[in-house]
Amino acid sequence: MSGFAALGALQLGFVYGLVALGILLSFRMLNYPDLTVDGSFPLGAAVTAAVVVAGGNPWLALLAGALAGAAAGALTALLSEGLGILNLLAGILSMTALYSINIRVMGRPNLPLLGEPTVVDTAAMLGLGPQAAKLVVAAAACALAALLVGLFLATRYGLSLRATGANPRMAAAVGVHCVQRVAVGLALSNALCALAGGLFAQLYGFADVSMGVGTIVIGLAALILGEAMLRRWSPAAAVLACVAGAIAYRFTISLALETEALGLTTSDLNLISAAVVTLAFLFSRHGRRLRLRARAAP
Amino acid sequence: MLLRSWMGMLLAVGAAGGVAVGAQAQTKVPYVAFTAIVEHPALDDVRKGAIEELARRGFVDKQGLRTSFDSAQGLPANAAQIAAKLVGQKPDVIVAISTPSAQSVLAATKDLPIVFSAVTDPVAANLVRDAARPGGNITGVTDMAPVAEQVGLAQQLVPGLKRLGVIYNPGESNSVALVAVLRRATKAAGLELVESAANRSTDLSAAAERLVGKVEAIYLPTDNVLASGLEAVVAVTRQNRIPTVGDAAYVQRGVLLGSGFDYRELGVITGRMIADILKGGSPATMAVASSTNLDVALNVGEAKRIGFTVPPAVLARVKTRVE
Repeated sequence: MSGFAALGALQLGFVYGLVALGILLSFRMLNYPDLTVDGSFPLGAAVTAAVVVAGGNPWLALLAGALAGAAAGALTALLSEGLGILNLLAGILSMTALYSINIRVMGRPNLPLLGEPTVVDTAAMLGLGPQAAKLVVAAAACALAALLVGLFLATRYGLSLRATGANPRMAAAVGVHCVQRVAVGLALSNALCALAGGLFAQLYGFADVSMGVGTIVIGLAALILGEAMLRRWSPAAAVLACVAGAIAYRFTISLALETEALGLTTSDLNLISAAVVTLAFLFSRHGRRLRLRARAAP
Repeated sequence: MLLRSWMGMLLAVGAAGGVAVGAQAQTKVPYVAFTAIVEHPALDDVRKGAIEELARRGFVDKQGLRTSFDSAQGLPANAAQIAAKLVGQKPDVIVAISTPSAQSVLAATKDLPIVFSAVTDPVAANLVRDAARPGGNITGVTDMAPVAEQVGLAQQLVPGLKRLGVIYNPGESNSVALVAVLRRATKAAGLELVESAANRSTDLSAAAERLVGKVEAIYLPTDNVLASGLEAVVAVTRQNRIPTVGDAAYVQRGVLLGSGFDYRELGVITGRMIADILKGGSPATMAVASSTNLDVALNVGEAKRIGFTVPPAVLARVKTRVE
């Protein structure tokens, strides 16, 4: 793997680290299988790109994208908690609606940002080359988000959100407003995914309506890889696992792209990534069993 | 916190991969790297046509030339990662087939020569500012269909034509660019354009049925959704005896009249540009090219099935006949 490919994998790892953080909040903390992210990732890209093309500040454009993502998450919460639609279906409905909305936002299915001012230019002002500047922006955004999510989970409010996911009846019994926790959690989760989409658009030069396909799979894979790598659970470990897992996933793809020598081609890419995630899952379970056995032994 | 053993394994495989790639890079033959957003018959034809043309120009694959191919499997995130990998390998030319692949590669390098292909509107995609003089490290071949000619052909085919229908996927940037050109072309020809959208191939049948009774002919553009479910549209037009015009490749599948170029020929033009760059040419001064060799194809069997008499003026222009 060349240094350039490694740099590329690291950049994308940080971008998808944001997605993994979002999925940590919905899937793991709230125990809510939210499929909205396949729509909120391109929504963030679409809004960000539209704001930049209209002459807006690229940093404010990222913020606008994240806010749009939060609205999408709140919509899913409204569908499931307000209207009583099954959570899986609520996410699918939002995701489906967002496809049309994203085309509306961009005015067409693909909005290019090549040659437009982006957040990478701000980082390049520090005297960095374009690739290093992209890495710095992605890493800074991801680190900041991970820090904030970690701190949030450790607050009393974060604790009540986790309680809502772990045992909603118990949480409600001790006075937690569960519907509100779900709405806030999904809004935060989708804001993170939309931020990732906005960053992707600015870093790689385009927003495309098809770019959300598989976001949920990549995010979940990152989460599982991260959990397989970091064993102990705490808010700090959980957010670290997301970032580490996302980077590990991108390096896995990088390796899969280098496997011509082994007789594999890029059409085997999805198979390789599925195999790696399955292996990681098995390893983490196997590891847990080994630890339990060791503890049981005298 | 423990790094698990498989992480070590991952790193070991990575190091081995690095060594293998390093060994390959030492040979001095020119290296052309192809990438596409997805594997798809038309896009694959572009690559095959380019490799054939390169061989004709003295760059025979696996002899005096090394090529590679990476498909992003439909995911733009993979396209970005493939772009990073290719830029790290420093090929002599990167060939990016389809709009998202070309945008990803251009975002990754402003130095290495890039040839795009099968991009419908390179100016709208911000790949080049001026198609006649690209100026940067990128040029290529567009697959914009000869829409004005196709509309003219439709008018000749259906003499009293006033309303032309079109079915396309509004989620595909190439199709949207094409329909924008179609709007201008129909307006210039004094026709009313009736649009019907299909986001998925399962929506095609309903999209065709919406047009029944509202149009005298239906135009079927180059569109991935349409290409995958064309038969659903043909079933409706056949039943309602509506003449269809569109891409030449569709004629075999039941479209009455088609015109266009084949993607292998686009590949040949792409190959010519790659060869010129390998011989020292610069993308900055090479104008964006398109195919000029227009094929007009008629499905004679379909004309009989819908009881349609093809005017002699159209018959005279037909180069390929399908029974």
